[in-house]
Amino acid sequence: MNTPWEILVVDDEEITRESMAAWLREDGYAVMTAASGREALEKTQNREFAIYFVDLKMPKGLDGIETMMEIKKSYQNASIVIITAYATVDTAITAMKEGALEYIVKPCNPQEISLLVGRIIKVKNLERENVLLRQQLSGRYRFQDIISKNPRMQEIFTLIRDVSSLRSTVLIQGASGTGKELVARAVHFSGDRADKPFVAVSCAALAETLLESELFGHEKGSFTGAVSQKQGKFELADGGTIFLDEIGDISPKLQLDLLRVLQERSFYRVGGSEEIRVDVRVIAATHVDLGEAVRQGSFREDLYYRLNVINIRIPALRERLEDVPLLARGFIERLSHELGKDVREISEGALKRLMEYPWPGNVRELENAVERAIVTCKEHVLTESDFRFLDTPASGQNEWFIPPGLTLEELERRTIIATLDRTNGNIKEAAAQLGIDRSTLYDRIKRHGIPR
Amino acid sequence: MNALCLLPLGTAEEAVLEMLDRALSSRFELRVRRLNAVALPPGSFDPVRRQYEATHILHAVRAAAPDKGVTVLGVTREDLFIPMLTFVLGQAQLRGSVAVMSTARLSQQFYGLEENTGLLLQRALKEAIHELGHTFGLTHCPDRQCVMTLSNTVQQIDEKGEEYCESCNLLLTDARHLLL
Repeated sequence: MNTPWEILVVDDEEITRESMAAWLREDGYAVMTAASGREALEKTQNREFAIYFVDLKMPKGLDGIETMMEIKKSYQNASIVIITAYATVDTAITAMKEGALEYIVKPCNPQEISLLVGRIIKVKNLERENVLLRQQLSGRYRFQDIISKNPRMQEIFTLIRDVSSLRSTVLIQGASGTGKELVARAVHFSGDRADKPFVAVSCAALAETLLESELFGHEKGSFTGAVSQKQGKFELADGGTIFLDEIGDISPKLQLDLLRVLQERSFYRVGGSEEIRVDVRVIAATHVDLGEAVRQGSFREDLYYRLNVINIRIPALRERLEDVPLLARGFIERLSHELGKDVREISEGALKRLMEYPWPGNVRELENAVERAIVTCKEHVLTESDFRFLDTPASGQNEWFIPPGLTLEELERRTIIATLDRTNGNIKEAAAQLGIDRSTLYDRIKRHGIPR
Repeated sequence: MNALCLLPLGTAEEAVLEMLDRALSSRFELRVRRLNAVALPPGSFDPVRRQYEATHILHAVRAAAPDKGVTVLGVTREDLFIPMLTFVLGQAQLRGSVAVMSTARLSQQFYGLEENTGLLLQRALKEAIHELGHTFGLTHCPDRQCVMTLSNTVQQIDEKGEEYCESCNLLLTDARHLLL
């Protein structure tokens, strides 16, 4: 049962406000009154009204427009009707410009007020219904932080629930930007390890030696720069879950080390001699076809079978386009709040455009596109024109503009940064795209001081 | 409602009063008492608008009520208003004991047409039942046929029925049980 709509009548004349309140109560509304702008603000402090009738001329303290502006500070979408006995074009324009929904001259025909109130309440009811529907939808189509109505994803949600409390290793496969980490988190946070650590490691982001130390820790002095003992991610994840992202990128040596950890559930820190036992659930993810990598000899078959006990294959976004509107709306809600912009909706035309785009970067690319659209949007609704940038090719720097005074060093720095952005920090891919080897790339990253 | 009193305010049509006496007594199955006429409070008259302010009049009606637990319906042929609106056909205390109705705009003569007493009486009865409905706690009903539907014009009054709809009746029954 919905709470009944409340109306606030603000007028310094008692007869005016009390008789109006009585008339509105006959219509079934709960009505409160305020004799001044100040009193109105007190009444609206922790209470939002469906409609505010505010008299323009209130001699003491805040006048009608000032009262309205104060109310709008707390309730941006407040439906405020300014009432005045003195009709001037100027005050009408001011009232509307400052955000009044309507401006009426008293006395007005009862039919006019009835229709106005009815119209506003109808919109309020629709808005309320809309919010409820969205909440229901997001409840029905949301699992942990993953939103989808796609049947395959719904099956994945079921699978996640089924395996969340098992110790078995999970291998998540899917293209870049499909939400592999979200799925890994969903597995962890749905299970009995939810209150234990979830430790994520990007296996592509670090050089082999650094990755080894990152995973297993190191003893003091075990290599140049190892100034003290360090616990690795496996130790930090003890009792919980370790998420190994881009597992397809690890070196043969690390594949062997990892295999041992999975078999023995123990390891040695780099340079260490003490065996460290841990109880860690391993979830791995990759965009690479590991089966094919095994066939080609770049990935160990025994490790593959150890990892691939439970396989979750996330479809690309273009295979579940019905999720685009849900995801887009979810991003709008979160991002407009984060960016401090009042963007509330997305037009049918814009959604159609989004549904036609192939999304090679998947959900992450959609999120970035929505963020970009929100930043440049001038209205409250995202329209097709806000997504015009999708019409240019995805690798999209059509504007190959070389600013004057750009040094070779700066050009190299920007190129490396842009390539790393494009490959989501994947060193191996970035090096391949730049036509250099990995160690050269690491070297350049260090030289240019490019942050991870 | 234990008892109902009709209070003529200023000049009220005798035909309307007699009809209300009979019809309301039959409808609500109780005795209707006619009180002595009282003048409309001078402070309620607005000389610019040439209308009487309804809330002031409600106070006067309450003051004229003989006992507690008695519902008083004031009837006048003067045109009524509240400051926010150009006119009101009546006003009532929601879940209270007083109501007032005006026949000014129920008459065909108000619209420059030939008087039609039958129509006037029909409209007056509907308005009386409507305002009394408010004293029972009923608010406006979305059912256009129900006597509790909001009607601001005589066309709307003519379109609606004299009866409370099923939902309003149910609410009325609940209210009566609470009162007993």
